[in-house]
Formats: sequence, C-alpha cells, structure tokens
Amino acid sequence: METTITVKNLTKKFGTVVAVNNVSVTVEPGTFLTLLGPSGCGKTTLLRCISGLEDPDEGEIYIGDKLVYSHVKGISLAPGKRDLGLVFQNYALWPHMNVYKNLAFALEIQKLSKDEMNRRIKESLAEVQMTGYEDRYPREMSGGQQQRIALARMLAYRPHVFLMDEPLSNLDARLRMDMRTELKRLHHVSGATTVYVTHDQVEAMTMSTNIAIMKEGVIQQMDTPDRVYHFPATLFVADFIGNPKVNLMPGWVSGKDTVDIGKFNVPVSTLNQTGDVVVGIRPEDISISAKQEDDGVEFTAYSVLPSGAETTIIARKGDTELTVREMGVSKIKMDQKIWLKFHKEDINLYDKASGNLVNG
Amino acid sequence: MAASTFDQQTKVEKLQTYLRRFYRWISRPQVILSLIMLVVMFYMVIIPLYRMIVTTITVSDSDLRVLKDANIGDITWYHWLRMLTSKIAVIMTYEPLLHSLTISLGATVLALAIGGLMAWLVVRTDVPGKGIINTLATVPYIMPSWTIAMAWKVLFKNAKSGGTPGLLEFITNQPTPDWLAYGPFPIIVSSALHYYTFFFLFVAAALLSIDSSLEEAGELSGAGRWRIMRKITFPLVVPAIASGFIMTFSKTMGTFGGPNVLGVPVQYYTLSTMLRSNTGIGNYGDGFVLAIVLILFAMVTVMINQRLVGTRKSYETIGGRGFMAQKMKLRNFKGLFTGIMVVFQFIIAVLPLTLLIWSTFMLRTGDYSLNNFTLAHWIGKGDISINSGEPGVLLNPRIYMGAWNSIKLSLFTAFFTAFFGVILGYAIVKGRGTRLSKLVEQLAFIPYVIPGIAFGAVYISMFTKPVGPIPALYGTFALLVVVSVAKHIPYSSRSGVSAMLQVSKELEEAAAIAGASPWQRFKRIIFPLTSTGFVSGFLMTFITTMRELSLIILLVTPTTAVLASMTMRYIENGNEQQANAVIIVLIVLVLIGNFIISRFKGGSLKKGLGM
Repeated sequence: METTITVKNLTKKFGTVVAVNNVSVTVEPGTFLTLLGPSGCGKTTLLRCISGLEDPDEGEIYIGDKLVYSHVKGISLAPGKRDLGLVFQNYALWPHMNVYKNLAFALEIQKLSKDEMNRRIKESLAEVQMTGYEDRYPREMSGGQQQRIALARMLAYRPHVFLMDEPLSNLDARLRMDMRTELKRLHHVSGATTVYVTHDQVEAMTMSTNIAIMKEGVIQQMDTPDRVYHFPATLFVADFIGNPKVNLMPGWVSGKDTVDIGKFNVPVSTLNQTGDVVVGIRPEDISISAKQEDDGVEFTAYSVLPSGAETTIIARKGDTELTVREMGVSKIKMDQKIWLKFHKEDINLYDKASGNLVNG
Repeated sequence: MAASTFDQQTKVEKLQTYLRRFYRWISRPQVILSLIMLVVMFYMVIIPLYRMIVTTITVSDSDLRVLKDANIGDITWYHWLRMLTSKIAVIMTYEPLLHSLTISLGATVLALAIGGLMAWLVVRTDVPGKGIINTLATVPYIMPSWTIAMAWKVLFKNAKSGGTPGLLEFITNQPTPDWLAYGPFPIIVSSALHYYTFFFLFVAAALLSIDSSLEEAGELSGAGRWRIMRKITFPLVVPAIASGFIMTFSKTMGTFGGPNVLGVPVQYYTLSTMLRSNTGIGNYGDGFVLAIVLILFAMVTVMINQRLVGTRKSYETIGGRGFMAQKMKLRNFKGLFTGIMVVFQFIIAVLPLTLLIWSTFMLRTGDYSLNNFTLAHWIGKGDISINSGEPGVLLNPRIYMGAWNSIKLSLFTAFFTAFFGVILGYAIVKGRGTRLSKLVEQLAFIPYVIPGIAFGAVYISMFTKPVGPIPALYGTFALLVVVSVAKHIPYSSRSGVSAMLQVSKELEEAAAIAGASPWQRFKRIIFPLTSTGFVSGFLMTFITTMRELSLIILLVTPTTAVLASMTMRYIENGNEQQANAVIIVLIVLVLIGNFIISRFKGGSLKKGLGM
C-alpha cells in the first residue's frame, strides 16, 4: 500500500473566491497528513479535488504514478477510478440499506465473489469492532456506531488512499477521543497514505505524521506535528497552534543576543538581524519563580487558573501580558510579584513585516 | 515529470485537451440531462409559442376571402388590427378580457378570503375536528373544476334563459333572477368554491411552519395579539398567499368549463370561451391573438405579484421548530366555527354531487318530482326521444371509449411527468449554481404562467406539420399526452427538485467514490430515496389530468375525446342529464385511481400537494 499523492500548482475557484491557490504538496507513502486550518481556508476543497468530487481549475494531481487530474491535458478521472476511499463528515451511510448492503455496495461493483464479499465485510466490521451489526439500518445506530460503519465501508474495498473529511466533528468529546485512538491504530496497521481534514488542532497533533496548515487557500507550513508546534514557520501558524496560545511580543533587535521588548529584554541566540521583530514563546517555555532571581524579569500575577495537571498563570507588566504554564498546582497567588525566565533555545523570532520565522 | 504548460503543447495536443474537457463536461450526468431537457422543452414550449405568434401575422388560406391581393404566407397585421382596433374588437377582445379579469380577480379574492380564514382557524385556534376539515379540503382536487358550475345550473337555472326551470324555481315557483342563474356572479362563486382549497393548503402550511419564537419575540417586546398577527404573522404568510394568488388567478384566467356552462348561454363570453368559438370555426389567426392577450395578462399578473412580494422580505419558512405559539381560545364558539366549516365543506363536496346524481334520474329536465324518475340516462337502450338516441351512460360504447381515453391519457401523462420530474430535479439540483441549471429551471417555469386554454391553443399551431423528427400530431391522441406533459412540467420540476434536495449530496458522492457509474448511482441510491416523491407526483398528475378540460378542449377530436371533454359536448347539445352522468363517472374513476395508486409506497395525495 505504498502510494504517493502529488499535487502540483492546484487552483480551485468558486466564482471570484479562490478556495485553493496554487497549492503544491507531496504526500509521501504511508503518511498521515492532516490539512488543518480555520473554516474557509480551503482544506476541504483541496481534499475534494484530490478525491475527484470537485474539478480544480488549474494544476495536476497524481495518485501513485497515475495522473488523475491535469488541467492542461484535460484529464480528470472519475472518483471511483482513483483507488481511494472517503469518510464524510456526516457519514453518508445510505439510509435505505442496512450495514451489510452499505458495505457490499462497492464490492458488488468490483464484482467480487459472494464468499470473498462476506469475508471482507466480516473483516472490516471486526476491524472497527462492529461485528454482528450487519442487519442494522443507519438510523438504528448511534452517531459513534455510524461513524465506525462509515469507516468499515471504506476499509471493505481496500483503497490505497484514505481520505477523511472532519470525520469526528459530529461526535461528542468522549467518543472523539476513542475514535482518535482507533484511527491512529488503523493507520498504523494498514500503512495507507491518509489525508485527513480537520479544524481541531488536538486531532491534528495527536494523530498525524504530518500537518499542513492552511490559510486562505495557501499552505502556510507543512511539517511534523513536533516541528509545527515548536518551530512554526509563520506568525499565523504560531498563533493558530497551541492551547493556551503562544505569547507574541513585538520588539526590536540589533544584532545582539537580546530583543528589546520595551521595559525589559528577552535573551535570544545571537543572530545578525536588525529591526522590528515579534518574539514567540510558548507558555511552557517560561519558568516562573516567586523569589527574585538575577536574570528574571519582574511581573505581577494577574490571574491564576489551575486545572489539575497544570496551572495557567496570566502575568502582567505594564501593558505586556504573558501566559505561563506551570505543571501541577502552582503556589503563586493572584496579585503576587513573580519573576519570569525565558528559555533562550525555545524562543522563535519572526520578522514583523513578513511574519516569517527568522531564526529557524 | 514537470507539468507541461499549455504553451508548449502542439496544436494536436491542444485540440485533444479541448476535446477531453468538452467530453468531461458533457458526460456529467446533470449536464447531459439538462441538455436533453432543454431540447425537450424547446420543442414543447418555445417552438409552439413561436409558431403561434407567427400564425397571427401570416396570411392563411381562409384569410384570402378578406385580403384579396395577399398570398398565403405573406406577413399581415390584419388579425391584430381586427382584434385590437376594429369595430368588433370590443365584442371580440375587450369585453371578454374584462369578463376574464372580473371573474379571475373576483374568484381569487373570494377564494383567498375563505381559504385564508379557514387556514387560520384550523392552525391557530382551538377549533375541534381539524382532521375532518383537512380531509374535506382535498375534495375539490378530486372533482373537476366545473362540477360546482354544473350543479349550480341544476339548482339555480331559470326557464327564461335555460329553457327549463332549476330546482329553486321548481320549488318556489318564482323565476330565479338572471344574475343568480347565469353570468359573472355564479361563475365567480362556483370557481372560488373550487379554488379556495389552494389558499387553505398554502396558508395552513405557511402558518404551521412559522417558527413560534418569532411570535414569542414579538410578545416579549410587549406587542398585543392583534399587533403580532398584523405585524409579524401576516407578513410571514404573504409569500404563501402570493403563490396561491398566482396559481388561482392563472388557473381561473384560463379556465373554460365554468364560463362555458354558466356564461355562454347568456352571451357572457370570457377570453377562454371566445378563443374556443374562434378556433372552433377555424379562425386561428383571431383566436391566437386572444390567446396571446391571455398569456400576456397572466404573465403581467405574475410579474406584478413577484415585484410586490419581492424576495427581500421572503422568509425561509422551513425548519421552524419549537412549540406552536399559543392557540387562540374560541371558548363557546369553537363548536360553532367547526360546524360552519364542516357544513360549508360538506355543501361544496356533497351538495353538488347530490344535485348532479339527482338530475341524472330525471327523464325531462326541470321536473324534479318522483314521477319523472328514470334510469334511462344510466342503462337506457337508446331511445330517439332521449339524448339524441344515445344509450345510457353505462351501456354507451362512446362513454367507454372516452373513459378509456381518459385513463390512458392520465396514465401516460402521469408517467412521463413523474419521469421528467426526477430528471429535472436531478439536473437542476446537481447543477445548482451553474447557468445551465438556472436556464433549465426558468424554462421549466414558463408553462406555469400560460393559462390552460391558451396553452392548448399554442399546440394547435404546432404539429399540424412535421417539426424536425416529430411527425404531424394534430388530431392524434399523442398530442393530448404531449400537451398534458408539457403543462405539468413546472409542477414536476418543482416536486422533483424538492424530492432531490432531501437526498444529501454526500450520499451520491459516497457511491461515486465507491466506483458506481451514474446509472448505478441513480438506480441504487437516488431513485430508492426519492421514490415516494415519484409516486406522489404520479398520483397528483393522474388526478389533475383526469379532470383537465381547459387544456385539451381545443385539441380533442371525436375519436380522442375524453370524459372531461364529453361532458362539455353533451351540455352544448342540451343533454344535461347525460353530461351530469358522465361527470359522476369521471369522479368515480378519479377516486378509484387515487385509491389504487396510493397503495404503493406510501404515496398520497397530501404528499403530492406538499402537505
């Protein structure tokens, strides 16, 4: 099941709105790529273009070494000929067919023998832990069960590429957690190249091998979850990923190893840059102390928000407000004086004008 | 493998590219179906309209008597000048036009008053017996529109104009006044009593679907009940009233039965009856001018109506949930209101039928006593003194032929209409947002605004000669099917679209991903999910076609006559009892058809009506 997906210079417009803007992306075999972004960023459109349900306006798409779409050559393969499966947000189970018939549909089109069909259906149902539900109709099952059946329907005909369009967004929080575990497991076992669309960053971070963050039809950054989190390529990505949000402080740098924020300086690795920058630092990359320390910057604890495993502290100094995350239950009290230390090696610097990472 | 750019391609490659793109575009099912439907509608609507206009400005052989120097086929304004500016224009055009407008407006307003009030009472008050009121409201759909007019004649005709007395005159021994017996008043009332049910159904549906929170918001801001009704409820049902208005006005403008039964005997002509008398004597040029006038007036009404209602104020009424706003308590009066409504509906439904059936057992018209009783009109062997020697209805081969024609026509029409409905619904919904889809939708709406009799007239000029691959159809049974299907296209496209909208697009997409061809997708996903709509549409069309008269009255010949047209022929020949017997047979057939078809797949008349 080693299939590469290659998208070249893809553009899709709806009227005057450019949903996908000259996107090129290669999905390596076995990758679990998540397209992540706010609503209207073009992630679903890109997925639908790959699936063939939407015809792009420009560009090319290869699945494996098969050219499935080319504007210049006027080629567009029907979705059924692209060897892929798609799980829809609303499951799209056929309401007039029971589970068995839903799963058998594609297999009948492939003209499999009755025995083979039964075997496949049994296998797929077992894979999603829905054995014994063959005779149920969609409306007789819960949302979570329908979701599993939708997954099994895709697994049954064994496509080489899995596409998923926000498949978990209609489930409640508890079920979503369970399904994340199952989906990741499924990908691990099958190794199928997967493209997954979501606006939920936790889903993206927890399940993917790669994340592509999109905004206004353009991929801002495509990287591993780890790098996307720790080295966001743009201010948009830095701001979008992470909860609580990253701290962003405008400052000025002049080739030295500190950034001048105004009332205080933040140490950075030396870099030969002069001018306006934005400092990005994650809440957990700031340490907090109740005692004065030499290289600590004095702040006031404006609010302390414990949540069990960790405590979020909102620190203020003048008009600068920072979010700090401390593991466990913090001893800090509200309105107390605190001293913050910034971890030099975890700081990202962005060019203020372009918003691009400059110390990557 | 760098993407080759368009500029680097050779001419052959470019041509290949264009061909592939074109092939891809045209092989989308919604595109190919749209194109097919465009061609079909072009043949069925646009070409006939065009031919009709051409006929009014072309010299025909019958015009040669008047236009001595002209040759057949020359362009002439003779018909237009004669019908619009000459001395006889007042009698031929303007008076009938005035009469048509009077009747349509009167009947529509009266129907609106009755239907709207009843809808409000049923939905918004606590009157008991809503079930029976709702059921009785569908009865007019089963009866031909001129049933009440024929019953009216039995009850109110007077000896002075009708030859024999009506029941009222017979009992009171006083001559029924002319205004009550014939002319605008009885036509307006008998039409309104038939068409009120459109308003009842439309307004009731709109009232039911108003989100009660809209009214509650008004209540919370301190508005009284009357103010809420005036400022919130009424504006929200205006679109429903408007669509009922268009439908009723357009139908009454083109209606033939009522004015023919109650107007023509006293020379009270409307555009529809005048159109018939012109085309009846082969004067097509003049008749078509009237048809065009009729169409223009109907279109203008629709346009004014849409302008007034507008889309800005229209409100999506679907999806209103929550609890129904408090129902108005009528206290001691509620029984009274139910009584009035049920009696009213009962009178509309039962009294006309009773009168008609009674009259069929009368040997001579006008004598309502028992010693005038006879079964001759039903099972008579054919006596030269009765009904011009035709045997009774149940023994008359001509009636059997007409009944068979009616059934055949209705079945064919219902089938093709339901079939087109599915295709149009699919093509329009799948192509949503494209210009092609919009064009199909707009074209499909045209027959809606063409009054029935004018639409029939359009078809006289068409198909007298072969057009393209279609042979000359004039005088054939097939023409009746074509015209009936064409007239039903707006309804079928509307019901097809609403059925298709209920199938979420992902269901078909999932099948496409699974590798199903368009045909497999249609057969296994789309059709099973929309088949209830298909059956309801079939039933609806079957019933309306059974009792359709205005549309086909200009096109039937003695061999293609259907029951509906036979009632008119008998009444024109003065065989009133026979006409009444035929209409009873027609109603019975409709009821049987309704019963049989609604057994299938849970389709029902109410669903077909969108209830």
